Amino acid sequence: MSTTHSRTAGKAMISPAVILLFLWMIVPLAMTLYFSFQFYNLLDPVKSFAGFANYEYFLTDPAFFEALGNTLIIVIGVLCITVIGGTLLALLLDQPMFGQGIVRLLFIAPFFVMPTVSALVWKNMFMNPTNGLFAFLSKLVGSTPIDWLGHHPLASIVMIVSWQWLPFATLILLTAMQSLDSEQIEAAEMDGASALSRFFHIIVPHLARAGTVVILIQTIFLLSIFAEILVTTAGGPGYASTNIPYLVYMQSLLQFDVGGGSAGGIVAVILANIVAIFLMRLVGKNLDL
Amino acid sequence: MARQVTLNRRMVNTAVAWAFGLLIFFPILWTILTSFKTEAEAISLQPSLFDFDWTMENYQEVNSRSNYPRYFMNSVIIAFGSVILGLIIAVPAAWAMAFVPSKKTRGILMWMLSTKMLPPVGVLIPIYLLFRDWGLLDSRVGLVFVLTMVNLPIIVWMLFTYFREIPGEILEAARMDGASLKSELIHVLTPMALPGIASTMLLNVILAWNEAFWTLVLTTTNAAPLTQFIASYSSPEGLFYAKLSAASTMAIAPVLILGWFSQKQLVRGLTFGAVK
Amino acid sequence: MQKSAIALTVAAMAAGVSLSASAETLTIATVNNGDMVRMQKLTDDFTSKNPDIELEWVTLEENALRQKVTTDIATKGGQFDVMTIGTYEVPIWADRDWLLPLEGLGDDYDVDDILPAIRGGLSVDDKLYAAPFYGESSMVMYRKDLMEKAGMEMPEAPTWEFIGKAARAMTDKDNEIYGVCLRGKAGWGENMAFLTATANSFGARWFDMDWNPQFDSQPWADTLNFYVDLMNDAGPPGSSSNGFNENLTLFQNGQCGMWIDATVAASFVTNADDSKVADQVGFALAPDNGLGKRGNWLWAWSLAIPAGTEKEESAKKFVAWATSKAYAELVAANEGWANVPPGTRTSLYENPEYQKVPFAAMTLASIQAADPTNPTVEEVPYVGVQFVAIPEFQGIATSVGQQFAAALAGQSSVEDALKNAQSLTERAMKKAGYPK
Repeated sequence: MSTTHSRTAGKAMISPAVILLFLWMIVPLAMTLYFSFQFYNLLDPVKSFAGFANYEYFLTDPAFFEALGNTLIIVIGVLCITVIGGTLLALLLDQPMFGQGIVRLLFIAPFFVMPTVSALVWKNMFMNPTNGLFAFLSKLVGSTPIDWLGHHPLASIVMIVSWQWLPFATLILLTAMQSLDSEQIEAAEMDGASALSRFFHIIVPHLARAGTVVILIQTIFLLSIFAEILVTTAGGPGYASTNIPYLVYMQSLLQFDVGGGSAGGIVAVILANIVAIFLMRLVGKNLDL
Repeated sequence: MARQVTLNRRMVNTAVAWAFGLLIFFPILWTILTSFKTEAEAISLQPSLFDFDWTMENYQEVNSRSNYPRYFMNSVIIAFGSVILGLIIAVPAAWAMAFVPSKKTRGILMWMLSTKMLPPVGVLIPIYLLFRDWGLLDSRVGLVFVLTMVNLPIIVWMLFTYFREIPGEILEAARMDGASLKSELIHVLTPMALPGIASTMLLNVILAWNEAFWTLVLTTTNAAPLTQFIASYSSPEGLFYAKLSAASTMAIAPVLILGWFSQKQLVRGLTFGAVK
Repeated sequence: MQKSAIALTVAAMAAGVSLSASAETLTIATVNNGDMVRMQKLTDDFTSKNPDIELEWVTLEENALRQKVTTDIATKGGQFDVMTIGTYEVPIWADRDWLLPLEGLGDDYDVDDILPAIRGGLSVDDKLYAAPFYGESSMVMYRKDLMEKAGMEMPEAPTWEFIGKAARAMTDKDNEIYGVCLRGKAGWGENMAFLTATANSFGARWFDMDWNPQFDSQPWADTLNFYVDLMNDAGPPGSSSNGFNENLTLFQNGQCGMWIDATVAASFVTNADDSKVADQVGFALAPDNGLGKRGNWLWAWSLAIPAGTEKEESAKKFVAWATSKAYAELVAANEGWANVPPGTRTSLYENPEYQKVPFAAMTLASIQAADPTNPTVEEVPYVGVQFVAIPEFQGIATSVGQQFAAALAGQSSVEDALKNAQSLTERAMKKAGYPK
């Protein structure tokens, strides 16, 4: 049905977006690539050619593999919590109840909170082992307060980030659930299928597409989680909560080592692309684009 | 036919849902409450939920120290400016992808999304140097441009998935009736696309409002939005929980209120093509 | 050509929203510390005397501020007219000609009144490159009532051994009283400031004369073992996340027996509005080990003007105002002598009104006891008490600080932390091309 004419028009309509995005990506990336082959420290104005030295230092840094692992743990941990939690909450919100509108407002609220604000609030007012609310609660039941950020830094970050993204997952899954044909469930009920088997055989397959979308969109944001780490643990103790973006940040803005930071940036770009390929396969399968 | 639900079951649902809802909302509630406490009360070892001497002194202190209206206006201009500019660029692109798809459409879409996976800190110094040369540091223009680029992939994606749900037959029918492209756009497509555009706009305004890397790095005063405002209250000397809470409340309230009031519009288009 | 075309297009797209800065607006970058926040509130005094100058403040947390001003000055971004920096940055930046020498600050400025130790740290070749806003060393702040309850008495110049004993005696974990609160949060300006100064008094040093890292030496092992054991026995929970501000909160809330930290904290812990223990605070010199060096540092938050600024005259006027004797009097008139920025001028400590402030004498004694040019027991190739004045230090020390924080949190052993610190410092120094 599409004519040559409309195809040309289509191209013209797409091009501004593509060209702008391409420039936004390629110009800084080319500069980063150039810097990554230089010994270039912001505090030392003299640049010199470095060959692959910056890459060598970045990849042999003991922090690198730990950061790689942490990045994956954060992405996977948050995805598990938000997808499973979101499904259960969506199931709950789909039930008839009083004051549904207000309850939904309560559930959606964390999504509107700035990441820096939520990290500051969690760190100071909840997770602080002397003045925090968690410490108060555990003292109330007579146990020793947990030093969240000192002893469970990665779990704490996963928890904070999950809190922020749970509403998003819940909303999308809820919308998908509401589109489910209720007759189909009733038919299954008639057939004597248990609630559990109804859930796994009808609801879960129906949610697959929505789940894919949640995973796709969240992974994009979770791969570059940064503000939450900076504010709460600053990547520590040790490298226990350093992820790749934070490691690049340390190189670029704590050591002002632009060369090293750029090499790290390029490595991060390559890693992100690997993840992207995986993700796109998954999405392509489930979203029939 | 609606399924019959007993009153009992409804009560149980209500109780469970409210309990979870309040639990999830609690950190925000606690922040708002703390903003009305004195600093000493805010770190008290015996915290109280409502039973304290309510005070406005934190808000007065924050207002006397920071020019809140300016930060607020900058946030509004940057968030809405970047999303409007983004829509101007993205609507034609998404329209073409949805109605004149080619073999490359899918690849382009995926490539757009993949640009969002790159850690911004990796390209910080190049962007900073370019902005310096173009005189865009600490300018709202520069920041509007950056946030447009940052959110463009999401905007295109959302619009595309929404436009795709609009049945092509309607357009065909309009064309048969001899409608021009212009009237097709105005009378047929726009009304159908409007909810999707509204929802896209809302979600991206929220994302832009909360963006806390570029807004912190590229601004100092003239263009500084609320993220910068919050940064000046993070761990200063002395007791700060109550003042931090007041500043936090002021920073998140606008978007919280916006989000709550437009919740229906937001959710309606927030399917990313997940619902058939 | 192309660049300006792009800029023009972008500018045209959002014309009307851009706000042009007036020529006489000074943008001042500063830390969100109490004394600076007070300065911000008192600026009416300055603007009424200089009606043609407007002030814009960028107030940020210390680390965020440092990144911003360093990026800006190194790339010549020109976003700031006055920057708040410390004794670490001044010699490095001055060496690269990034700062304007501060000459001609006015007839009544009296440069010679600045404390010699502080002035020395802010000068290169006898030229002053930054004007000190407040200066600090570190000292012991302790609770007289808890000390008495423990049946001990704080000497004027305690040893580490005494601190260890007293801290354990004062600890009462059931009532959430901890004998000693020390910095644990990773960062070169946080735990490493404290630990480097402490290590000096244990006879340790960062580098030998050939720039070889020394974390594999016995004095460092002694330092870190003493610190980790002490904090495990007598420190508050979660101390690996505690920096200056967190400890201040704990002390003000009555939960610390002792706190060894910046002298500038004295005015906060004795201020009855914020501190529950204001009338019970005593002061002592930072501890030593009888090796001739005390564990106290030297720092001055100072105002500097980037080279190449177009607003040199106005910026100098502001710097002179904020660091003048008259400013001290202005604060005293508004908020009392205890709140005057401490540690910069001899005249302040000769003022009989200021001498009545309980911590004045101990602050001065601590500042005078610090020697940045000769900080360690053994000889070193660097200057700086709690830092090493080379550009690479902040990155290295922050990573080392992470290792030490992990040891404090129990995530790794003291030996492993030192081993990691040694190897990462060696790597970084090799990459930076030392020995130079």
